[in-house]
Amino acid sequence: MILESKSFQLFPESASNFATQVDGLYGYMIVISAFFSILVAFLIIFFAVKYRKRPGVTVASHTDDHSIGAMLLEIAWSVIPLGLSLVMFAWGASIMFQESRPPKDSLNVYVTGKRWMWKVQHLEGAREINELHIPVNRNIRLTLTSEDVIHDFYVPAFRTKTDVLPGRYTTEWFRPTKVGQYHLFCAEYCGTKHSGMVGTVYVMSVEDYNKWLAQGNGEGSMAEDGESLFRQLGCGNCHMPDGHGRAPDLHGVYGMNVDLSDGSRIRADESYIRESVLYPQAKIVAGYDRIMPTFKGLISDEGMLKLIEYIKSMGNPNGVVSERPLAKEPSDIQKTGPMALPESEYKAPAGGPRPSAATGKQQ
Amino acid sequence: MITAPPQIAEPKNYLNAETGLKSWLLTKDHKRIAILYLIVVSLFFALGGIFAGLIRMELATPAGDLFDSNTYNKVFTMHGIIMVFFFLIPSIPAVLGNFFLPMMIGAKDLAFPRINLLSWYIYLLGGCFTLYVLITGGVDTGWTFYTPFSSSYSNGYVVAAGLGIFINGFSSILTGLNFIVTTHRMRAPGMTWFRLPLFVWGQYATSAIMILGTPVIAVTLFLLVLERGLHIGFFDPAYGGDPVLFQHLFWFYSHPAVYIMILPSMGVISEVISTFSSKKPFGYTFIAFSSIAIAVFGFFVWGHHLFVAGQSIYAGLVFSVLSFIVAIPSAIKVFNWTATMYKGQVRLETPMLYAIGFIGLFTIGGLTGVMLAALGMDVHLTDTYFVIAHFHYVMVGGALLGYLSGLHFWWPKMTGRMYSNTWSKVSAVLVFAGFNLTFGPQFILGYMGMPRRYHVYPPEFQVFNVLSSAGASVLGLGLVLPVFYLLWSLKFGEKAPANPWGATGLEWQTSSPPIASNFEVTPVVTHEAYDYSTVQEVVHIG
Repeated sequence: MILESKSFQLFPESASNFATQVDGLYGYMIVISAFFSILVAFLIIFFAVKYRKRPGVTVASHTDDHSIGAMLLEIAWSVIPLGLSLVMFAWGASIMFQESRPPKDSLNVYVTGKRWMWKVQHLEGAREINELHIPVNRNIRLTLTSEDVIHDFYVPAFRTKTDVLPGRYTTEWFRPTKVGQYHLFCAEYCGTKHSGMVGTVYVMSVEDYNKWLAQGNGEGSMAEDGESLFRQLGCGNCHMPDGHGRAPDLHGVYGMNVDLSDGSRIRADESYIRESVLYPQAKIVAGYDRIMPTFKGLISDEGMLKLIEYIKSMGNPNGVVSERPLAKEPSDIQKTGPMALPESEYKAPAGGPRPSAATGKQQ
Repeated sequence: MITAPPQIAEPKNYLNAETGLKSWLLTKDHKRIAILYLIVVSLFFALGGIFAGLIRMELATPAGDLFDSNTYNKVFTMHGIIMVFFFLIPSIPAVLGNFFLPMMIGAKDLAFPRINLLSWYIYLLGGCFTLYVLITGGVDTGWTFYTPFSSSYSNGYVVAAGLGIFINGFSSILTGLNFIVTTHRMRAPGMTWFRLPLFVWGQYATSAIMILGTPVIAVTLFLLVLERGLHIGFFDPAYGGDPVLFQHLFWFYSHPAVYIMILPSMGVISEVISTFSSKKPFGYTFIAFSSIAIAVFGFFVWGHHLFVAGQSIYAGLVFSVLSFIVAIPSAIKVFNWTATMYKGQVRLETPMLYAIGFIGLFTIGGLTGVMLAALGMDVHLTDTYFVIAHFHYVMVGGALLGYLSGLHFWWPKMTGRMYSNTWSKVSAVLVFAGFNLTFGPQFILGYMGMPRRYHVYPPEFQVFNVLSSAGASVLGLGLVLPVFYLLWSLKFGEKAPANPWGATGLEWQTSSPPIASNFEVTPVVTHEAYDYSTVQEVVHIG
């Protein structure tokens, strides 16, 4: 258990799928850096001693730096470091590419940052503050947003972090590989108690995790809560399930590409849904009027996450399994940004490893 | 030490040409303005240093026992603002550049002497705003002023602090403008571009960044002030703004600003290594053009501060690869400096000790910067102490040591006095050792995951924090020593000869200290820079 004792250590615990990769890259860079630092230090000390000024020797020798040898030397010490650093670039980029693509089978957890605490919401309904309980060897995808300033969700043992922005969703994923307790830090300065915005990530065996899930969360799942919000806010008055309402039917919309009135298409991801609720005039679905009022101020950030989770859980009204969403297009990526890039979350109501409102809590 | 040549009478020089406070405050002499800058810059450095000391005292224990969180946040913010905007950026250009750029090209003064004086007063005014912030209660945003914290949540004096930096920016712009025009228009006969000393090349590249970059930070801070004061939405999503936009604008200036701090130091190091090896710098043209390359590429890497800020990964890829490329000209410089010593006649005088320290520390600072340019690595290391250690290796190990090297190199010319050889060498060794002890452990802390700007921290981080704080006291001692021996030299130091180090620059061909118009006769340049065969046997042996 990393949190207890250990007063002296050089490396953080290595507890995720990314940790060994990042440590490997770090090792490569340390070796290269040490080589060049020692080389330069050695040469300087060696030259300072060997060519120290001696009395009697007055005229400085003149090395010709326009010779071919000198030119080759200049080229060598430009090209070799460039080559070595391009390896670093490719290596670092490949790690980041994995980090920006959460696997489709990820377990979703929602995180809201607020000065100075972390609020965690599990799909099944469990809520935590400054703690995150997750099962080992399972891909975990966090969807993060902030209620105030920019925070950053950082777990050193997992070697990954993501800024948590107000008014936007970012994602972070990892697969914990080792049961234990790990530090959770806010890494983006957020004011007075920034250093108090810390918590603990509990990576548990699957049995322990199921036990933890089963105990003491009487509340409904996020999707169930979202459904009642949907009713309270009267969303269904217009977004009617048969498609004849004044607003589009939301069944099966999540993860699909939507045609807009200006002729463009957009993928219906978390950020799009959020924007449509808070700023309905921003993007109008083709064939519909600009009649939706804003719900800004009527719904909290946490409520929004529940609403989104409910919309995600809404299948096709006829029970017909929808087609898989369209392949990602570059234009979608541009619009939503890679950190918010959703995987195809949409699953037919009965399928998928993720519990939905219909299938209940069988994790 | 040599014995001063017998003096007939105290000759006239820029220091005694006129007397009285008014003659200083209204001077148009670039050398006197440099001295004015030296005084104020040193005071700000001392102030920033005190805040650094307070930070290290607090962090010696994991608990928050010296300050409460609010005070701690204000302390590191003031440390950052003062050191970056009021010490590092003006230090070498406004002090050493002001004094020596005209002399090195054989000019009587800068192109616009009145604007030069104006820039000092603007710097003072900006400084007054910062002192006002400090006295009335401080600001807690960090020197980076990230929104929406700074615009909507911070309860410090954000507007006054922002205005201070805004005003100070004009001082940089005017200095840069002056240097560029001077370099183009006022070179002595025969001083062609490729006969310019490398220090001038460095200043020229720096000036270009100052002119192109500084307006952006000024506008950015002005937008911040508008949003905070009038709730006009630019950055806060609550007003319809974009919080990440601020980071783009901020780093568009502040990353090139890193090169404003380091390029002049590189210029100093080129002069010092050459002089104390009595050898022309190896690869003069490569060093000169690498300064220009850094100034150009430096403008296209700002996005590497935003790898985890929700920036598109494709943007991240471009910024990452450009960040690797901008490191190459720096590597070229390091290798060329090292090669300059090869078959030279190396003298380890104090400026040379600082210069060698610079090369070592800057190499480490640069290589760790390369690590941070790798996307997957940066995700783990950004916003941790690894970043703190990295940029202190560049800013202190690089920029500050370059400044100290230059100050010790040109002190005899500026003041006409020699300082204590022994004490200055002790100081150089203490600074080097203390610096490594302070910031070396922070690399380890960063990889372990200790976030920056943490007031209290988990106990397993304490060992390296204690080492770091111990190192800071050694570093502090090394930096206090020069105050004593340099001031002592003004009164008791040996009189300096015109060219105590056997250097080749034009500034050494006039008396120490120089006369008000720099040269008796305008020099005519007939050969390349760094031709040591023309220098007479060095008189001063340390």
